[in-house]
This record gives sequence, C-alpha cells and structure tokens, in this order.
Amino acid sequence: MNHEFITARSAALISCNICHLLCEQGNQSMDRLCPRCGATLHERKPNSIARTWALVLAAFIFYIPANVLPITTVISLGKAQSDTIMSGVIYFLHTGMWPIALVIFLASIFIPLLKLLALIFLLISIQRKSSWRQQDRTRLYRMVEVIGRWSMVDIFVVTILVALVHLGGLATIHAGPGALFFGAVVVITMFAAMSFDPRLIWDTEEVNHE
Amino acid sequence: MDSLMACHECDVIHSIKTLPGKGAAHCIRCGAVLFKHKANSLERTLAFALAGLILFILANSFPFLGMKIGAQVRQTTLITGIHELYVQGMQIIAVLVLITTVLAPLIQMVCMFYVLLPLKFGRVPRMLPRVLRFLEHVLPWSMMEVFMIGILVSVVKLAGMAKIIPGISLYSFLALIFVLAAMTVSLDSHLIWQKWEERR
Repeated sequence: MNHEFITARSAALISCNICHLLCEQGNQSMDRLCPRCGATLHERKPNSIARTWALVLAAFIFYIPANVLPITTVISLGKAQSDTIMSGVIYFLHTGMWPIALVIFLASIFIPLLKLLALIFLLISIQRKSSWRQQDRTRLYRMVEVIGRWSMVDIFVVTILVALVHLGGLATIHAGPGALFFGAVVVITMFAAMSFDPRLIWDTEEVNHE
Repeated sequence: MDSLMACHECDVIHSIKTLPGKGAAHCIRCGAVLFKHKANSLERTLAFALAGLILFILANSFPFLGMKIGAQVRQTTLITGIHELYVQGMQIIAVLVLITTVLAPLIQMVCMFYVLLPLKFGRVPRMLPRVLRFLEHVLPWSMMEVFMIGILVSVVKLAGMAKIIPGISLYSFLALIFVLAAMTVSLDSHLIWQKWEERR
C-alpha cells in the first residue's frame, strides 16, 4: 500500500449505519445512539462473524431438503406428479426451452450455492487475517448482497402456478414442502449477507500497520 | 465534522466536497459509492412515489394473468395467489410473498410520500428519523422486479399447457418496476438528513 488511510475506528469515530453521520466513540461499554437519526451505533456490526457463520450453516442445512423435496405437485386427471427444482430444470432442457432452464438453474441452484460459498470464503479469509486482494473481496461481498434477492424467482413462480392452475379435476398445482425450505434458504442467506460486515476485510490492514 | 464521512464498506474517512455537476463519489480504498449527485432529488422522488402508488393500486385491483383450457378460463390477481397458498397450508410462504411483493413496495412508497411531501413545503414530518430507519430495514425485502421474472417464467412454463391471456394489471406491474427503481435511484438520503438537521 502506498497510501496511509485513516479509518473512522482509528480516529475514535463511529459512522452511523443508517444516516452515515460520523459520531464520537465515547464510552465503549454501553450502546450509544446516533445524535442525528437515533439508530444504535456500532463500530462494526455486532458479532458479525459468529452470526454470519451460524446463518450460513443453517442455510446449508435447509439447502438440502430444498433441493430434494418436491417444490410443486401437479395433479392432472387423477394422476399426481411431483417436481423438484432440478427436475423442473431438466424438463425445460428436454422440451428445448433452455433459456428458461438456465434462468431457473441460475436463480434457484447456482446463486444460493455461490452466495453461501462466497460468504464462507470471506469469513475464512477474515478469520485468517488475510490481506489478499481486499478490494476484490469487497467487490465479491457487494455482488453477494445484490444477487441474493433473485433467488426468490422460484417462490414467485410457485405462487403464480398455484393460483392459476386450479381447474378442478382437469389440472391443479399444489406447492410442495421443498418450496418452504427453499424460501427459508433465500431468507436466511439474505440475513447472512446483512449480518456480514465488509469493514472486517480491511481491519487487518490497521493491525499490520500498528 | 459534517464535511467528513466514513466509507460504509471499509471505514476510511473522506473529506466531502461538493461534486462538480453530475457524478458520483467513490471510496479511494475499496471503490464503494459514497454518494451521488442527484438533480431535483426531492421533486423527482416524490413524483415517482405518487406514480408508483397509483400503479400499485391498479396492479393489485385487476388480474395480471389468465389461463384458458377448453371453455374454462381462470384469472388471478396477486392477492388471490397468495390466498391460495395460504389455504393450501403454505402459510409461511404466503406471508413471505405478501411481504416481498405487496407490503414492502407499499411501505416503501408510503414512507417516501410521508417524508418528502412535508419537506417539499418546508415542514418536517413527525418522527422522520424513525420512518427513515424503518424504510432502510424494509428496502431489501421489496422484490417487485424479481416477481416480474417470476411471471415470465410461469408464462413460458404454462404456454404448452394452455392459452395464456395477459391481464390488464400486467402492464401496471411492468411500469411499477421501472417507477420503483427510478424512485430508489433518485432518492438522496444525505439531502434528507441535512434538511432534518437544519430544521430540527
């Protein structure tokens, strides 16, 4: 590094998470409120690493039933057929609609997994106090934060299908238990991304300089 | 103190200067966007919030998709879809869909309206900090644009099975996505906090 950077922490200041006002650190032992917006001030997000690990592991556990259990069940002329996320993707591939197959595969299988692996990578690199390519790691976090919401696509598809395909004996679609677990994966990974504090990536820098 | 600002992604302190014309200020260490210059932020955001509310009412009052098999036609609004999930015993998923496609976008627009309309006329709305803080927590859960992709995938999925009829509110949904995105982009929260500090 050719520059010396002054961080809020090294200047005994706290940046408010909500309104970005720089506040004085004051008494460390108790929670302080931002004088401008009233939000609780934290130098770093509280227990960021432990919380993110817990949420990432929980999401991984739910990821398994989300992919194994059926997400929809089509009852058509007395016959019931259950579909998991992957069997839906394969169905679209066979019928030649590969753009849709790709969208579902990316949104429902690839992105949640990528997100979890990226968070694990960030957590481990922070715990090892790595100072390797911090700018790219921050960029990776930014991507994880933005990309996560798109996994909800499948939940919305299930909602629309259930509402629309409701033709008595002819054809009816029910939501399966997989949808519940999948919804949980999306929500938990979103919370995991929120509890992660990207400033931790850069904190090693200061320790190295001291 | 108010001319200093810490990067929310890497904590480096920057001294803030007024931006020359259009542009954005980036963190010198990690590249995060610190703030952007936004022209007529108050008026634009307010206009988008108003347009969004009207579109929201339209989008949720009429069916957005219909399906025809033989003589049977079935249409659905967003609310009936959520209700159907709820009745089927998927209450948690129903609530999740309700929050992400109905409540969060609605709260987002109503909060904007509540905060910006008084500010426009030089008044300070009651409990402004609390409303803005609440908005900050709701924002990640507003997923209209993801829902639109959901509609697209469903249409393709059902196209082989039945005739799909686009509903009236489909176009309102489409417009709503762009209006919501424009509203989020045109909002300058720094400006609001500054105004709050001046007038308090």
